[in-house]
Amino acid sequence: MQLVCPAGNLPALQAAIDAGADAVYAGFRDQTNARAFPGLNFSDDELRDGIAYAHQRGRQVYLALNTYPDSARLPQWYSAVDKAAEFGCDAIIAAEMAVLDYATRTHPSLKRHLSVQGSATTAPALRYAYERFGISRAVLPRVLSIQQVERLCEGSPVPLEVFAFGSLCIMVEGRCQLSSYVTGASPNRHGVCSPASFVRWEEHDDGRRSVRLNQVLMDRFEPREPAGYPTVCKGRFEVGGEIFHALEEPTSLNTLELLPRLAQAGVAALKIEGRQRGVAYVGSVTRTWRAALDRYRDAPASWSLQPGWQQSLSKHAEGHQTTLGPYHRSWH
Amino acid sequence: MTTMKLSLGPLQYFWPRERTLAFYREAADWPVDVIYLGETVCSKRRELGTRDWIALAAELARSGKQIVLSSLALIEAESELGALQRLVDHGDCWIEANDLSAVQLCRERGVPFVAGPTLNVYNHQALAMLMEDGLRRWVPGVEQGHTLLRELREAMQAEGRTMPELEVIAFGRLPLAFSARCFTARALDVAKDQCGFRCIDYPDGMPLATREGRPFLRINGIQIQGEEITDLGPELPVLRELGVDILRLYPQAEGMAEMVAHFHLARRSPVAPPRIGARNGYWHGEPGMRMTEAPA
Repeated sequence: MQLVCPAGNLPALQAAIDAGADAVYAGFRDQTNARAFPGLNFSDDELRDGIAYAHQRGRQVYLALNTYPDSARLPQWYSAVDKAAEFGCDAIIAAEMAVLDYATRTHPSLKRHLSVQGSATTAPALRYAYERFGISRAVLPRVLSIQQVERLCEGSPVPLEVFAFGSLCIMVEGRCQLSSYVTGASPNRHGVCSPASFVRWEEHDDGRRSVRLNQVLMDRFEPREPAGYPTVCKGRFEVGGEIFHALEEPTSLNTLELLPRLAQAGVAALKIEGRQRGVAYVGSVTRTWRAALDRYRDAPASWSLQPGWQQSLSKHAEGHQTTLGPYHRSWH
Repeated sequence: MTTMKLSLGPLQYFWPRERTLAFYREAADWPVDVIYLGETVCSKRRELGTRDWIALAAELARSGKQIVLSSLALIEAESELGALQRLVDHGDCWIEANDLSAVQLCRERGVPFVAGPTLNVYNHQALAMLMEDGLRRWVPGVEQGHTLLRELREAMQAEGRTMPELEVIAFGRLPLAFSARCFTARALDVAKDQCGFRCIDYPDGMPLATREGRPFLRINGIQIQGEEITDLGPELPVLRELGVDILRLYPQAEGMAEMVAHFHLARRSPVAPPRIGARNGYWHGEPGMRMTEAPA
């Protein structure tokens, strides 16, 4: 299985490659990708440098072009596809039909991966993307159980990539409007979720803190209570007279213990989430997964979960908690 | 002035069998032109199974209305795919395709389909491709306002293409997100596999409020909706000018006959009706929810 790691900028790209990523994924510094955060992503020159760095070491660079342009903005996405081909990216990761179609017709030799934002959860949906756009790989949404992933591996016309570690979107990717309902800015259209410019922290006299997203209260914290980033899905709300994390706790996905099953199912690539995270995260998480994958490659029968791996990953998890998430039936 | 059509969108909630059948029996006499039938949220809701929905479609078709069979927004299990295949194979009705699986099955069988609001069509090229696949009508997603629709229409015209029928959500709680997790089961602290179909106790979904008591969202099984019942009535002149063909009204537990009557009156009047629900911010390119000061 290939290890695909996040590169929010050039130092992170180099850290991922140095730590053993087989491929990294990156985006331009605009709304053509789903991590359009301030201070993140690549200029043209940085991307060229990153591709050179990766290719010199025999690794790959994928370009995330996974947002949904409206008609007026299509030329900007097309131009990004052109640059991906010109700079020598090994694939684009796209979700939107016009973007995929343009790439198919204009640069047929540039590989196309269906992004997680494409929300393809079944064999017919994957067939559609394969027949229509000749995709060579698809990234599955983080909603399927391990049994469903195994079954899909059998029925898919293309190799599959799954999320292995990182922040957990609990909604089907590409199908969540919670951010835009509150802020007007959406993952699909603007490449952002609950953007920081809408977040307001309030310190109270008693040491408690409140956090609002565009005026709407997402949560309150006791003094010294750890506080996470206020995406709508990880806030505490009142339902039926009780206050709790009604949608999801601040926690990260960690599928390390499923590595053998994913390999046996024929999963082609494991994806690490986190282009918004720093060099330390990317380096450390990549090294851990590289070690686990190498150990499995060398001796699959005797592979077992090493406590050191899990400790190292937990340090980088949201709220220092990890979950198997939807892979495990009881999460649902 | 062309009169826009009215549609009854798919029932998003889970109601007892008799209540559902009674609702649609009544709807057969309402001045709506199109009725969408079927389960779009959770395949475990089986007060009406696929066969029942198909039988109901045949019965309602006798009222002269167009009946469309709606598919699940999120398909994960083989059984769900099987149910979708039965809807498509039925052949007498168009399908409301709410994910790419439904598009592909319709395309393979040559069945005309409506692109539902969760299908992610944002530009004219995507729309044109889906038209090649058999799309006859498009329901834009919830976040798509009048500017996007106007630009898309102009881009279609510039390329000499004809727009498909355009249907806009004019009334109802907006479907905002879908998950593999059942939030109703989570709120009631029961496992999804042993949920006891408890969402049947919440015919308009389960209210979720902020910690300062501001009504915010509705939990509806694996779906999250906005709390506010949005209403594009006052915007009807703009919808008309944009060439919107059909106004979609989502079923709510109470007062649907009155809502239909309200929009029936409005669609035949040159004057916009007063607002009876919430302003839909998305339509104006703003946050979907109403941005007012939180209650004290």
